[in-house]
Amino acid sequence: MSQVERAVQALQAAFKDKVLSVDEFRDETTVKLDRDVILDACKLLHDDEALQYDFLAALTAVDYWPQEPRFTVVYQLYSIPKRVFLGLGVPLQSESAEIDTVESVYANANWHEREIFDLFGITFKGHTDLRRILMPKDWEGHPLRKDYPLGYEEVQFSFNFDEIDDRKPYAKE
Amino acid sequence: MRKEMDTTLEELRHLVSDRAIEGETMLLNMGPQHPSTHGVLRLLLELDGERVVNCVPDIGFLHTGIEKTMEAKTYTQALVLTDRMDYLNNLGNNLCYCLAVEKLIELDVPERAQVIRVILAELQRIASHLVFLATHALDTGAMSVFLYCFRERELILDIFEMCSGQRMMTSYIRPGGLWRDVPAGFEDAVRDFIRIFPKRLKQYSDLLSGNPIYLSRAKNIGPISGPEAVRWGLSGPNLRATGVDFDLRKSNPYSGYERYEFDVPVGSNGDVYDRYQMRLQEMGQALRIVEQALDNLPDGPVRSDNRKYVPPPRSEIGTSMEALIHHFKLWTEGFSAPEGAVYVAVESPRGELGCYLVSDGGPKPYRAHFRTPSFCSIQAIPTLVRGFLVADIVAIISSLDAVLGDTDR
Amino acid sequence: MGVESKLGNMGVVTTTLEQVVNWSRTRAMWPMLFGLACCAIEMMAAQASDYDMSRFGMELMRASPRQSDLMIVAGRVTRKMAPVLRRLYNQMPDPKWVIAMGDCCSCGGVFNNYAIVPGVDEIVPVDVYVAGCPPRPEGLIHGILTLYEKVKAEGIKTWS
Repeated sequence: MSQVERAVQALQAAFKDKVLSVDEFRDETTVKLDRDVILDACKLLHDDEALQYDFLAALTAVDYWPQEPRFTVVYQLYSIPKRVFLGLGVPLQSESAEIDTVESVYANANWHEREIFDLFGITFKGHTDLRRILMPKDWEGHPLRKDYPLGYEEVQFSFNFDEIDDRKPYAKE
Repeated sequence: MRKEMDTTLEELRHLVSDRAIEGETMLLNMGPQHPSTHGVLRLLLELDGERVVNCVPDIGFLHTGIEKTMEAKTYTQALVLTDRMDYLNNLGNNLCYCLAVEKLIELDVPERAQVIRVILAELQRIASHLVFLATHALDTGAMSVFLYCFRERELILDIFEMCSGQRMMTSYIRPGGLWRDVPAGFEDAVRDFIRIFPKRLKQYSDLLSGNPIYLSRAKNIGPISGPEAVRWGLSGPNLRATGVDFDLRKSNPYSGYERYEFDVPVGSNGDVYDRYQMRLQEMGQALRIVEQALDNLPDGPVRSDNRKYVPPPRSEIGTSMEALIHHFKLWTEGFSAPEGAVYVAVESPRGELGCYLVSDGGPKPYRAHFRTPSFCSIQAIPTLVRGFLVADIVAIISSLDAVLGDTDR
Repeated sequence: MGVESKLGNMGVVTTTLEQVVNWSRTRAMWPMLFGLACCAIEMMAAQASDYDMSRFGMELMRASPRQSDLMIVAGRVTRKMAPVLRRLYNQMPDPKWVIAMGDCCSCGGVFNNYAIVPGVDEIVPVDVYVAGCPPRPEGLIHGILTLYEKVKAEGIKTWS
């Protein structure tokens, strides 16, 4: 039995119906969990002697607006001794976009979760320092959401060059 | 533009110790514009005399919104943006993104393209470590090393320019292989470089490794233990310096790395000196890989001939109708990827660079996230600097080799 | 008195005051380190030995704005960095010049989104724009020489 299968079995044994699905795509396994058990699942995968998922490789979120559940918080765990990846996904509804922090298990989740809060607006319960990290601190809105505009500037062609130029702020001195 | 950008004590109350609020320790801003912060990094330091009590990094001054922009562009157009993320590892970023796209669409890459990708990625690794060495030496006071390293880097940039026309933002590695075949002088140029570089490497080592001034600035400064480094998500040379043997090229090989014989240097202490030694030795090992790859360079095409994803050569368009249609479709709409998500990680000179690509069946990436190594390196700075002098902060930050374009994306 | 008599003793023909002052301003213009992103690496390469910038008097790059005359904005300027840039520009003493190096600070470059200021000329008045992504070191040097031409053409009335 491969390492990844062992991990999936351990999760299914511990959390039974809170494991929503196990997907396999291009040789990668992603386990979808309910948000109540994510912290315990991470602790299980981290502490278990046979699994040893000690490295949080990536922590990010995807916005599926306007579908529900709107967000999916994605964890990519890696086991340095066993050399395997495992993906975890937690779907979240847009009205209740909050989830437990895994900072106590993986210290580098601190900034990753701050980034997700900054760019998506998902709050993390129990986080020591939840504030904006990439955008200026008084920025309004969460840029990476699908209903946030890209904010691009209109291209100046020759026919509309002057009218756009007059609107652009130029520093005079 | 008149936004209030000054930080008040209220915001930081939960991060600084009580001694700062009473005024016993001093709060100092090491601002975004600083010669030694290697980019626009802002550090808020709490100092007790010269010793650092705490340090709060503030990033985001280079946040370019690359991930959101990629959602608005096709897969090929988004490739151009990846060059500009970690701007010292352009070809490595291209490689990571292309591997993710190829995994998603299940596209095979011909042999010749894989070998040339390895050669270019390793040359880019050497170029990136040369910039590390130059800036690290500059920060610790050895200014002539800066000039020597950039001299060697010019040779590598000449090779890149020969292949793609651009010194840095090459966008040479494309989904399916490479943009075009390497020109006739490529092999000679790389062989010249292989011949010259070992002596130069010895020069750098002689200049710094035995120098007592450098040793007093680097030995036992900013140490970190292996398990602590893994907890903080450090990877690459920063993690290997602590003694943990983790290299993605060995543990989860990609693009044919399992065929080459090379050693992975591992340190013991995890201090500034070990991190410097890791990168110095890695340059030598990268040169070994380049030599082996160049000796075993096979002939053949450099791009997959699956016309649904790879544009046909110009000569075919005049004669074949299908080629014209494929070209038209690729240029107007772009190729579509099946629904799903993939995560691909490669070993960049800074650590583990990962690309998480989500597709919804359309021609544009639905979500492209890059797990960048500098993000975790900078997060670990407070742990590393606590208790050391202000001058040591400079040495520690430069030894982590963090690039702010990589951190902020 | 003063300058003229000294130059007269050395046998140098005294030229008009404008030419002398402008010439001396170009001969030792100290740039301020404002490398933000990728263009900064090409600026460092221009500073290094292959494309030496110290032959133009730019041997040192002063980190402090109070001791520099030229601000080479190299790299993309984000909305978070914009107030910092303006504050540093205000701290530079007159006469000061600005070179916008690269596409991102000239016009926004490859990026056109919420985070990037499309052109640093929205924040500071720019004298010379250097195109390229990133511009070759020779391109930057060409931009500097263009700035020198501009400075040499300044008249007494335009000195701030």
